[in-house]
Amino acid sequence: MNKRVFPVLAAVSLLVFVSAPIIIVRAPYESTMGLVQKIFYFHFPSWMAMFLSVFILGIASVFYLFRRTPAADRLAVSAAELAAIFGLMGLITGPLWGIKAWGVWWQWDARLTMAVILELILAAYLLLRQYGGAGSDRLAAGLGIFAMANVPFLYVSTEIWRTVHPRTSVVPTLPVDFGVPLWWSFGGFIVLCLALLSARSRLEEQRATLDRLYLALEED
Amino acid sequence: MNGFFRVAWLVMRKDLRVESRSREMLFTTLFFAVSCVLVFSFSFVRGGQAVDGAAPGILWIAIAFSGTLALGRAFERERQHDALRGLMLAPVDRPAIYLGKLFGLLLLLAAVEAVVVVMVAFLFQAPLFRHGWMLLALLVLGTIGFASVGTLFSAMLVRTTSRAVLLPILLYPVTIPVLIMGVSGTAALVQPEPDLAMARLWITLLMFFDVVFLVLALWTFEPVMTE
Repeated sequence: MNKRVFPVLAAVSLLVFVSAPIIIVRAPYESTMGLVQKIFYFHFPSWMAMFLSVFILGIASVFYLFRRTPAADRLAVSAAELAAIFGLMGLITGPLWGIKAWGVWWQWDARLTMAVILELILAAYLLLRQYGGAGSDRLAAGLGIFAMANVPFLYVSTEIWRTVHPRTSVVPTLPVDFGVPLWWSFGGFIVLCLALLSARSRLEEQRATLDRLYLALEED
Repeated sequence: MNGFFRVAWLVMRKDLRVESRSREMLFTTLFFAVSCVLVFSFSFVRGGQAVDGAAPGILWIAIAFSGTLALGRAFERERQHDALRGLMLAPVDRPAIYLGKLFGLLLLLAAVEAVVVVMVAFLFQAPLFRHGWMLLALLVLGTIGFASVGTLFSAMLVRTTSRAVLLPILLYPVTIPVLIMGVSGTAALVQPEPDLAMARLWITLLMFFDVVFLVLALWTFEPVMTE
């Protein structure tokens, strides 16, 4: 299935990413933020791609833990890596915006703190996969579920606490001129995320096959 | 349901009995917590004056560090002679075993905290007992949040070789929210003008996190532990 899905996803994401700069350049200047506002077309979609990856990680972990399907485990590893990368993008683009909007690179407010915590959990997950040794896959699945449990808190953190970060309600109420490039890049990031996910989990799958073949060879 | 709590009670009683004979975990954890607070007091108390606002952080860091030490050893006794397998083979609800372990650890940490709180109040001149009940609520809820995740992870890591390194690596990212809430709540209580509404908000949030953590831990304990 992966073999057929990947080229399509890759082609679509390439198309979107090639056209996105043109659309973003044509979008009007925002009056207070100026050029920096264009980071938003990158910042918001990368977080959304991260949320998607974390949800896939969590759901795959649940499946692996209760059903023991190896494919779910492979999906979980791939999703965790992608979540860490997209999260890193969000954490880098965030301060670039922050220095212009708040005058400081970083503030420990609720939204930013939760974002760092989620990124830390993902780093711990990857460390566990790397150095946990035998049996760490189920452990990692447990951790994956805890990671997913954090996302709702992260998402609503701007609503519960009065934070310096803009509220979630900003996005649906954007004027059309800003909304079109935003949703365009959003689509691009999501498709890219899925393309990478399919490629990465296919790599895991082939690695597992290779291991199986090695074992079979040694037994003979 | 009755049987569920009976199993938890029995597991806890077993742990407490072993502990009361050797007192190994209690003494080592207590000693570590005390030396932790002492090290902080060497660096943050100058000329009898504590650094402003340091006490809540130090209190919770001491609890988290010594808690990690205790959690790392929580399943150590079960590792010997394959006792864990024996425990897992018992025809009882697995989550009840988890709960019993958790109760035992909570009692141990409560004993440690009783000493640490007094020490911090004394060394850092922090008015920790001004709103004693609210501090108690913060401590109880914070410890439950921390230990509920910790007990699960400690159980998960029992069969891993590098468990001593991995436990804090996995535990801290997940429990940072709980520690932040504990520190912020305590800070609201000890500041010159206590902000009780703020402390109550943090207590409520802690309850919320505790419920989430406990539900997740009880739910995942069985599949994680099954070989």
